[in-house]
Amino acid sequence: MPMSQFFDDMYGTDGKLRPAYAAIAQWLAETPPEVLETKREEAERLFRRIGITFAVYSEGGGDTERLIPFDIIPRVLDADEWGFLERGLKQRVAALNRFLTDAYGSREIVKAGLFTDAHIDTHPAYCRQMQGVAVPGGIYTHIAGIDLVRTGVNDFYVLEDNCRTPSGVSYMLENRSVMMRLFPELFARVGVAPVARYPQDLLATLRSVAPPDDEEPCVVVLTPGQFNSAYYEHSFLADEMGVELVEGSDLMVVSKHVYMRTTAGPKRVHVIYRRIDDDYLDPLVFNPNSVLGVPGLMEAYREGNVALANAPGAGLADDKAIYMLVPEMIRFYLGEEPILKNVPTYDCANESELAYVLDHLEELVVKETRGSGGYGMLVGPHATKKMRDAFAKKLRQDPSAYVAQPTLALSTCPTFDGDQSAPRHVDLRPFVLSGADGVRIVPGGLTRVALKDGSLVVNSSQGGGTKDTWVLHANGAGNRGAR
Amino acid sequence: MLARAADALFWLARYMERIDNLARLIEAAQSMAGVSSEAEEWRSALAAAGVDELYDEAYSEITPDSAARFLCSGTNPSSILNCIDNARINARAMRTAITRDMWEAVNQGWIESRQLTDKNFGPAMLPGTLDWVRQLSTRFAGAYETTMLRGDSYWFVRLGAALERADNTARILDVKYHLLLPRDSSGVGGMLDYYQWTSVLRAVSAVRAYQWLYREEVKPWNVAEMMILRPEMPRSLRSCYDTITLCLDELAKSHGAKRGEAHRMAGSIAAELRFGRISDIFQTGLHETLTLHIDRARELGDQISNLYMR
Repeated sequence: MPMSQFFDDMYGTDGKLRPAYAAIAQWLAETPPEVLETKREEAERLFRRIGITFAVYSEGGGDTERLIPFDIIPRVLDADEWGFLERGLKQRVAALNRFLTDAYGSREIVKAGLFTDAHIDTHPAYCRQMQGVAVPGGIYTHIAGIDLVRTGVNDFYVLEDNCRTPSGVSYMLENRSVMMRLFPELFARVGVAPVARYPQDLLATLRSVAPPDDEEPCVVVLTPGQFNSAYYEHSFLADEMGVELVEGSDLMVVSKHVYMRTTAGPKRVHVIYRRIDDDYLDPLVFNPNSVLGVPGLMEAYREGNVALANAPGAGLADDKAIYMLVPEMIRFYLGEEPILKNVPTYDCANESELAYVLDHLEELVVKETRGSGGYGMLVGPHATKKMRDAFAKKLRQDPSAYVAQPTLALSTCPTFDGDQSAPRHVDLRPFVLSGADGVRIVPGGLTRVALKDGSLVVNSSQGGGTKDTWVLHANGAGNRGAR
Repeated sequence: MLARAADALFWLARYMERIDNLARLIEAAQSMAGVSSEAEEWRSALAAAGVDELYDEAYSEITPDSAARFLCSGTNPSSILNCIDNARINARAMRTAITRDMWEAVNQGWIESRQLTDKNFGPAMLPGTLDWVRQLSTRFAGAYETTMLRGDSYWFVRLGAALERADNTARILDVKYHLLLPRDSSGVGGMLDYYQWTSVLRAVSAVRAYQWLYREEVKPWNVAEMMILRPEMPRSLRSCYDTITLCLDELAKSHGAKRGEAHRMAGSIAAELRFGRISDIFQTGLHETLTLHIDRARELGDQISNLYMR
């Protein structure tokens, strides 16, 4: 393997095979490309048959159910790497929950001078109806997806925090089950930590925040419906947890308590894992035209008669301007040094930083402060002069809408391109569950891969795919030997 | 369970049962080609499917090809393809209430149905296409029968399938009822009559069953008795209503013994079929009896919906 300017998960930067990938390398060496291609096709058939599709909002209509491409070569992390990430993730999400509780509470962080009231109050994801509401267990983001990238053997960076309603966990689980079905012999050789307990962990987390009642807490998953792009995931999680998948019209509020309409009449609901946006939750409080939500839901919530996960207003923490302050938050709330690094970020709202950004556009990635999904961003090194000039104009017009980051040398991972395995850039989204009774993280996450040679954009809406993510058992790092 | 889930399961089963009946109707009409007036056969098939008026709006005359296409695909909202679409929409809305095998049967069928082209409904390939439709319906029935927990979901699925089947049997018999009316004995045994009665049996896939039950030549009153009153015949009204009352009883058990108009109605129809005599039915009028059954199937569906699906 030649030396590379990028850190490769399998070959590092020096071209030497890393121990965690020993079994993968052996497997790739002994498996002809035709076999890999056949397996890839079989994987695609499986995904289609199970119906793991996502909807794309296309202009022309047509077939809007697509598969996210799946790459059959797993991404591997050894037990030490994972242990490090796990500690960092717990710390970071703890601080984010503390921040949200504080922002909607007494605002100690403002008193300490790290933040301004205006910064919080004017934020579009700030939910004023939540100010002063005591949420169960002080948890705002019960399910957080933290996007990580790697640039070197010990260099992991947090790219983005997703505290609102992160999706993708069904891919983590289905990718694993498809891999186990396609390559049972590989799992026999390598000790891979299981991820299958995620639904049980999620259910335990949700039940931990249920309001006290004599009955066993009733948990439901609230979906906008089958035409939503993540509908598969909503139904998958409800099914795996063994709880009802409801739409807004299935729920009603009577005397500040939430009930679902069943064949046997109304049944009390205690916890709602909601996969609809804040704005649509309750037409009486938010968007009055919403037909997806439940009239009266927010009042029942404020009374403490139902728990919502994630809490309304949790999206405040997803903002890229707030992201810049997370290391400070960790020091402020937890008194600890941050374990996971932030990507250095230039805030274009700041005049001197804007000037720097404008001068260095060809080496920076510029993102909308409030954007997501890889849209509306400029990848400087890959853009033409014309594109950069056009973007510079937008920047000058509304500088506070943008932040900029250096282009990271994202690590690569061997990926099957149809003929052979070739390095492609990857990121990683682990899922962190926070309940009143503690934090749970299953070992792994969703690895997204930019399938185009040289591309750094891993978003599924822009040609990205996914991979199974293996965390090796502590005692079995690498090869346990063929059985 | 969720009221909306009960509704989706009930209709999922109805659509999957309906495609089977549509396929059999088309096969029965085809088998009469060259024996009786083709146009008449196809008109009765369209009428049994309840789409004869829609057909007349779309076409000026009845040809076997256009009638078969209309029942299979195209603008007809109750076509086989549209039923498969609707079945999948209901299945997808309630992924959590159905088993993976059921979902895969419906989803795989839907994926395959999207690959059918005009050619698949043309004379050369239609028989193969209809085989595929019946297999799809059977695969679905096998999937729920073998994989569902015997809970509310299962009873709603079975209830939907049984009610749909009762409705279809009544409809098929009703469009053929004039063939089943007793005539003077000179008419019996003619080649044409033989084919026509056999076609009624074929439409409900009961040619062999008739032989086993009656061990004599095909006689119209036997056919009527078999399809209305015989408990051994899985498509008879009697069998369907036995299943309907069973499902409703099970649902009452799991809903704190709560019963409604649906229970009273189903029980009364089942009793009538159980103690009825074919001679009395012919006395009342076969057409009148069948029309009443079609109306009552609709009314019972509404009552079930009132009780569980609101």
